Amino acid sequence: MVVRFNWSAFKQSRWYEHAVRLGLGGLTTALTGAVAQRYDPATAGLFLAFPAIFCASATLIEKHERMRKEAKCLQGARRGQQAAALDAAGAGWGSIALGVFGACVWWLAPAFAAGSLCAAAISWLVVAVLVWVLRRRLRRVGSS
Amino acid sequence: MEYTIRFLIGGVVVSAFALLGDLLRPKSFAGLFGAAPSVALATLSLTLLKEGGQYAALEGRSMIIGSAALAAYSFLVCQLLIRFRATALTATSVAVIAWFAVAFGLRYLLLDS
Repeated sequence: MVVRFNWSAFKQSRWYEHAVRLGLGGLTTALTGAVAQRYDPATAGLFLAFPAIFCASATLIEKHERMRKEAKCLQGARRGQQAAALDAAGAGWGSIALGVFGACVWWLAPAFAAGSLCAAAISWLVVAVLVWVLRRRLRRVGSS
Repeated sequence: MEYTIRFLIGGVVVSAFALLGDLLRPKSFAGLFGAAPSVALATLSLTLLKEGGQYAALEGRSMIIGSAALAAYSFLVCQLLIRFRATALTATSVAVIAWFAVAFGLRYLLLDS
């Protein structure tokens, strides 16, 4: 399956949904800074992988999927839960790539400050795509 | 002032990744953006500028533990949605407790021992 953009999803979302995510993302980033100042970087670093906007995103996915089904006069509640679960599963697999991002920063930041972030971001993208491909292959093998 | 800058940069980066996740299909691929390093990119950029590489490295090391907690969180959210038919709001809110338990449990087990 080819990865593509679905621009109609943009029309489904409302301005306040983006505002909520902007607020939650901003709050988590500010909180991480506060934790680093109050406690130590080891504790603050944990919050770099905090599911800051997951609650808002999953709720939106569930709502949009339910509304799409209900617009066709179908029961959408279960489908909404499944769509949110699929998103959560993707995030679970994606956490491997997030761990690789952290490992890159851990290893490279003392020597190459700015370069470490670029290397970590590229590593994250490569590992995330590889994990997604692996997951699809595993599912295909499992279903055959 | 510093927290305002953090809030703005973090909010914009997180929103950008979330929007990308909204627009991408298939959904299983878009889900990867639920675990995008959005907060990390915003926070570590500011940390590198202010505190330097050694300090950022310590945060990066803890981020690996945070990622393990995120994996546990995602697994629990899936289970609550599929097996217990919880709503997304309930599942994601309840699972935050698991994130804190795993993150701080591993942090004290691995980094303080």
